[in-house]
Amino acid sequence: MTGVWRRRLDWIAVHSLGLALGLMFALPVLFVILTAVMSDSQAFTAQLWPREWHWENFVEVFDKAPLLKYLVNSLTYALLATAGMLLSSIPAAYALAKLRWRGRNAVFLLVVGAMMLPPQVVAVPLYDTWSSLGLTGTLVPLIVPYFLFDAFSIFLLRQFFLTIPQSYVDAARVDGCTEFQTLTRIVVPMAKPGIAATALFCFLYTWNDYFGPLLYTGEKPDQWTLSLALSSFKGMHHVQWNLTMAVTLLIMVPAVVLFVLAQRSFVKGITFTGVKG
Amino acid sequence: MTATLDRVDVPGAAPSRRPRARGRLVALAFMAPALIGFLAFFGYPLIATIGFSFTKYDLINPPKWIGFANYEYMFSDKLFRTSVYNTLWFVVVLTTARLVFTLGVASVIARLKSGVGLIRTLCYLPSLAPPVAATLVFFMVMRPNGGPVDEFLDWFGIQSPLWFADPAWAKGGITAVMLWVSGDLMIIILAAILDVPQEQYEAAELDGAGPLRRWWHITLPSISPVLLFGVVNSIILALQLFTQAVVAGSAASGSAEATGNTKYLGYPENSTLTFPAWLYTQGFRYFDMGYAAAMATVLFIVSFAATAVLVHRMRKNSHQEEGGPGA
Repeated sequence: MTGVWRRRLDWIAVHSLGLALGLMFALPVLFVILTAVMSDSQAFTAQLWPREWHWENFVEVFDKAPLLKYLVNSLTYALLATAGMLLSSIPAAYALAKLRWRGRNAVFLLVVGAMMLPPQVVAVPLYDTWSSLGLTGTLVPLIVPYFLFDAFSIFLLRQFFLTIPQSYVDAARVDGCTEFQTLTRIVVPMAKPGIAATALFCFLYTWNDYFGPLLYTGEKPDQWTLSLALSSFKGMHHVQWNLTMAVTLLIMVPAVVLFVLAQRSFVKGITFTGVKG
Repeated sequence: MTATLDRVDVPGAAPSRRPRARGRLVALAFMAPALIGFLAFFGYPLIATIGFSFTKYDLINPPKWIGFANYEYMFSDKLFRTSVYNTLWFVVVLTTARLVFTLGVASVIARLKSGVGLIRTLCYLPSLAPPVAATLVFFMVMRPNGGPVDEFLDWFGIQSPLWFADPAWAKGGITAVMLWVSGDLMIIILAAILDVPQEQYEAAELDGAGPLRRWWHITLPSISPVLLFGVVNSIILALQLFTQAVVAGSAASGSAEATGNTKYLGYPENSTLTFPAWLYTQGFRYFDMGYAAAMATVLFIVSFAATAVLVHRMRKNSHQEEGGPGA
C-alpha cells in the first residue's frame, strides 16, 4: 500500500514540477501577448489582464516606424541567405560525407574551426574589404557569404548525409549515375528532413541576427532589419510598452509558425547538433 | 544521436571504382564555393586581423606598423579590464547556471509520464525569440515599480532590485534572459538522458538504488559527453555575448537613440560592457581598427583553446565507444 502511495505522490510531484517549469518558460510570452493589446497607459501598470483589447496596436506600429521596409529587408536577408546556403553547402556537405578524397579530414576540421570562431574576430578586415568595395550600408555583405560558405550548415548537413546508408550511394554509382546525379536524385530526396532543419536554422539565425545588420547597416536606417529596428523602437517612442511588445510579437510569429510546421525536423536537428561523443 | 563529430570514414564503404585523380577532381568541384568562401571570409580575415593588430589603422589612412603597442595598451585600458572581467563573469556564472538549469529541467521532463511533448515545446519556444526581443521582454517583465516579477516578489515582502539599471544586478538580469532562451541545450540534454539504456536503471533498482542515486551514478556519467558539449558551447556563447548586453544596456539607459550608441554601451556604469561590445566600440565607433584587431586576436586564441578541448575530448570519447583507436 505504501509503495503505491509513494508512486502516486512521486507522479504528482514530478508532474507539478514539470508543469511549473513549462509555465515559467511560457509566462513571459503570455505577458508579451497581453501587453501588446493593452492601452498605452495600462501597459505601465501592474495589471496583467487587458481592460480593453486594443487590437489596432498591431496596425498602429506600422505608422510609428517604416516596419514594412524593415520587414522587406529582413526577408531579403533571411531568404536569400538561406537559398545561398543551400546552393553552396549541400554539395560541400556531400563531398565531406560521401566522397573519399585525401585531405577530407583536414578540411572538415577547418569547417568545425570556422563554426566556433566568434564573428567579432574577423569583423575588422571584412568590414574594411566591404567598405573599400563601397558596399557597407547595404545588405550585400550579409548575404553574399552564404552563397559560398556557411560552416554551421555544412557541418549539420554532413551529419545528416552520413546517416544515409552508403549502399544506396554505391548502387547509384554502379547504375552509372554521375556524382551530381547521385547527389540530386538519391541523397537530397532522402535527406529532406535534415535539409529542412538546416534551412530553418539558417533562416532563424539570419532573421534574428543583430550583430551583422548593426555592423553593416547601423548607420543607414533605411537598410535596417526588424531586429535592429526593434532595439531602437523602444527608444524612439519613449517606452510605449504595448507597441514595443506588438512589434516583438510580429517578429516572433514567423519563427513560431516555422517551428510548429516543422517541429519534428527541428527537434531532430537540435539533438543532432548535440554531437554525443 | 549516432552522428559523431569525427566519424569521417564511413565503415564498410566500397572502394571507389573510378580513377583516384578524377574522384579528387569531383570532390574539388563540389567543395569549390566552400573553399573560396572559407578563404575569403575566414582564412584571409583571420590572418589580416592578426596583421592589423600590430598597426594603427582608422580605415581612412593606410595602416601604420606599431609593433606590440596595441597589446601593451590593453594593460593600461581600464575599460578593457572591465570588459574582460564582465566576460569572465559570464563565462563562469552563465556556464554554471546554464548547465545546472538545463540539466535540472531536462531531468524533470525525462521523468514525466505524460505531457512530455507539450512541456518540451513550452521550454523550447522562448529560444525562438530574437535575442533583441527576448532581452526587451525580460526588461519589461523585470521592470521595477509594477513589473510582474516586482509584484510577485512583493507578495513575499521582498524588495526587487532595479535589475538592468543597477550595476550589481544587470549581469544577473542578462543571465536570466540567457537561461530563458536555453531550451535548445535543454533538448539536447533531454535526448541524451532518454538515450540511456533502461536496463542499467533496472539493474540499479534491483540493487536497491533510489532515484537520486540512480541519477547520480547512471544518468550523469552516461550523458557526460553531452554535458561537456554543453560546457564548451556555453563558454563560447559567453565569450561572444554581445546582443543581449548591448540591448539591455541601451534599453536601461533609456537613450533616445538606442542602436549601438557608444554613450550608453555598458550601462549602468559599464557593468554590461562585454569583451565583444568593447571590441565593437573601439573598432566601429572610435575607428581604432588596430586595437579592435588586437582584441579580436585575444578572443580568437581563447575561443580556439576552448574549441580544441571540445574536439580533443570528443575524439577520445568516440574512440572509446568504438572500442579504442584502431578498432
